Amino acid sequence: MNELETFRQEVADWLQANRPPTPDFLLPESFMEVGTDPQFHYLRDWQRKVYQAGYLGMTWPTAYGGGGRPQAFQDIATAEMARLKVPFFPNTIGLFWAGPLILAIGTEEQKRRFIPGILSGDDIWCQGFSEPDQGSDLANAQTRAVRDGDDYVINGAKIWTSLGSHAKYMILLARTDPQPAPGRPKAADAPSGGRAPQSGDLGGSRSKRYAGLSYFLIPMQVPGISTTPIRKLTGEFGFTQTFFDNARVPASCLMGKEGEGWAIAMKTLTFERGASGGQAGGLTRMALGIGDVIELARRSRRNGRPAIDDPFIRDQLVRFQIEAQGDRLCNERGRFPALCSERPDAIPLSNKLRLSEHNRRLYQFALTLQGANGARWVGDAHAVDGGLWPRSYLNAFASTIGGGPSQIQANIVGERVLGLPKD
Amino acid sequence: MSDPTLSPLSTRINFSDEQAMLQDSAVAFCREHSPSLTVRGLLTSEAGFDRGLWQEITQLGWNGIAVPERFGGSGLSLGHTAVIAEPMGRHLLATPFASTQLAIQGLLAGGSQAQQAAWLPRLAGGGIASVALFEDDGDWDLTRLQARASVVGGSATLQGNKTLVTDGAVADVLLVSVALDGAPALAVLPTAGLPSGTLQRETIIDETRRCHRLLLDGLTLPAEALITGDAALAALRAIHRAGLLLASAEAAGGIAGVLDVVVDYLNTRSAFGRKIGSYQGLKHPAADMLVGLERTRSHVAHAATLLVDAADAGTGALAEADIALRMAKAEAGDSFVFASDRAVQFHGGFGFTYDCDAQLYLRRALWLQPWFGDAAHQRQQLADALLAA
Repeated sequence: MNELETFRQEVADWLQANRPPTPDFLLPESFMEVGTDPQFHYLRDWQRKVYQAGYLGMTWPTAYGGGGRPQAFQDIATAEMARLKVPFFPNTIGLFWAGPLILAIGTEEQKRRFIPGILSGDDIWCQGFSEPDQGSDLANAQTRAVRDGDDYVINGAKIWTSLGSHAKYMILLARTDPQPAPGRPKAADAPSGGRAPQSGDLGGSRSKRYAGLSYFLIPMQVPGISTTPIRKLTGEFGFTQTFFDNARVPASCLMGKEGEGWAIAMKTLTFERGASGGQAGGLTRMALGIGDVIELARRSRRNGRPAIDDPFIRDQLVRFQIEAQGDRLCNERGRFPALCSERPDAIPLSNKLRLSEHNRRLYQFALTLQGANGARWVGDAHAVDGGLWPRSYLNAFASTIGGGPSQIQANIVGERVLGLPKD
Repeated sequence: MSDPTLSPLSTRINFSDEQAMLQDSAVAFCREHSPSLTVRGLLTSEAGFDRGLWQEITQLGWNGIAVPERFGGSGLSLGHTAVIAEPMGRHLLATPFASTQLAIQGLLAGGSQAQQAAWLPRLAGGGIASVALFEDDGDWDLTRLQARASVVGGSATLQGNKTLVTDGAVADVLLVSVALDGAPALAVLPTAGLPSGTLQRETIIDETRRCHRLLLDGLTLPAEALITGDAALAALRAIHRAGLLLASAEAAGGIAGVLDVVVDYLNTRSAFGRKIGSYQGLKHPAADMLVGLERTRSHVAHAATLLVDAADAGTGALAEADIALRMAKAEAGDSFVFASDRAVQFHGGFGFTYDCDAQLYLRRALWLQPWFGDAAHQRQQLADALLAA
């Protein structure tokens, strides 16, 4: 057995011996769905335990609390976590966005101050990009940050702040110059998939709006910052709206220079997509895919027989399998430029559209497998899997809407991949 | 944020520099030699293809790509033909390439030494071959056969009919499936000297293709011309694999081709003072066409990879390839029909005319969908393989 295979066995053994017992409440599906304190503490304790065992942040520098090991080790550890279906880590914004960003372009002081807490879960991070009135149009952010001596004074509001009430820090996009000189962001800063801002227009009349944006790493526990929970369509909490009322933060919270906010936000989003590497590792959500739906079909009944024997259901299941496999294969094919030369952006720019819509339809289908029990909801004693499926279906809209709804994604594919005219 | 998805299915894709060069050459060749006017010019011709162009293709070595070097070929595998079939599909380039590749795979998997030595060098050198598998009931199960052979002494007599024999009239040799003592067999039937009327032209939806009905009653051939037993089953499976791969690759090209037609029209035509491509009602389905194209291409690249690997590793690796091939055919079949159906619709009144190229692609899609099993059939077969407890 080579070193990596030995390591794989070591991780698997550790995970099996140390995985937390199944709680008596339904766990959230992702960091966006953490709605109760017991859910939060369960997940944070798990992150801390895995970090202390050395299986998280394995590639990050030892000077800041990381493991300093090659990427292959973290990839194996993460793959084993997925295989064994252990819980995800709640500090997703820190581990996948803020952390990699700080390691890439932060100052030495920022790295020493922020990275260890991100890994241990002691310092939960949240994200302040979207605003209540701007929808998908991130570039139109109106939250103001005005320099006043050694501070910035922040006014405005952000919305869809996951873990807003638990977070110690926020990555914040705010406007430092309401009327910047015309400029054009570099093409390299263009969003290219994932949870990207959705304007699809990187120049022309809108470019001025990008130029006045700045990027901050701010503390949440300061006077003038308050959060209000948002109740989702599931009835659960998980997001907050964050209000800034003359909130003062030190000028040292600015990342980069004033006016570089858009470029840094775009860089942040590239980490989310996972294309550029640098993430701490681990799972970001409860893995719930076609394999689980097939297993559900085995347990469900139709006309006195297992639902999986029903020809129509079999056809539907295989459709989802072919789609899911097609998307996995798209990721793989994307590694070969010669197989993507016609439209190199086609796979990355259609990624969110393909995956989020697939999941929404898959979970909707999972409800139909349950027969009459598909009508039950979380909390009902007879709900299949505790109501996991109907909750997953409703929460799936987080991905088909958040980060630019599917209809905007289809515009992006039509315009930027196929070259069709704008609306 | 992509967590590793748990799936027992491999996602292996390989693409060598050699394949990339072959692809570049095929893409350029098909674009140059098969513009729409040329395609339309061939629709009413008897043979349906240009003999001169077939000679050029032969000289490029494409016909012999999967033929072993000892028989005058390149010694590559079926997996390598995908990069040729895709641009052919994209430009609706009509040749007996696919028909011939199917027969080559059948001979390689089940043919005797003598049959291989007799036919493979000839096919690598520009000869044409095809397969006669389908029957009047339209069943996709290639082992349920009404046509049959009976052997008396050293001579086999054939009975029954085969249909949808592609390029039957121009083929030098046909691999004909028949029942022999209740089991599938393949007759290696040279066409030279067949009685006139043995092959009758059929009318099919894809006017770029030629199909024939083969009347077997009374035909005789030496008993050693029959491939029987396990060899026959192996040959049928090999032909089936080739059919799935080539149809899927051709469909991938077809989606790309019809998407070009659509995008060009949406960027040109105006209605109500705007380019029609600016309307989301057209733009969003166009995005769906692209998604179908990308997924299809990915499935095809994967299936081709597994076939290349299996050629090196032996037949044990083929079970994995069979799943990949059926997935590719299902995705390709449905995505191509969707794309070309929408292409007709998006051209409006022009789309309803014979002059609009969208119909060429829709007819091609409607030909490829049922060839070797439509998407629903593939899913049914996949369900048995993938959903077993």
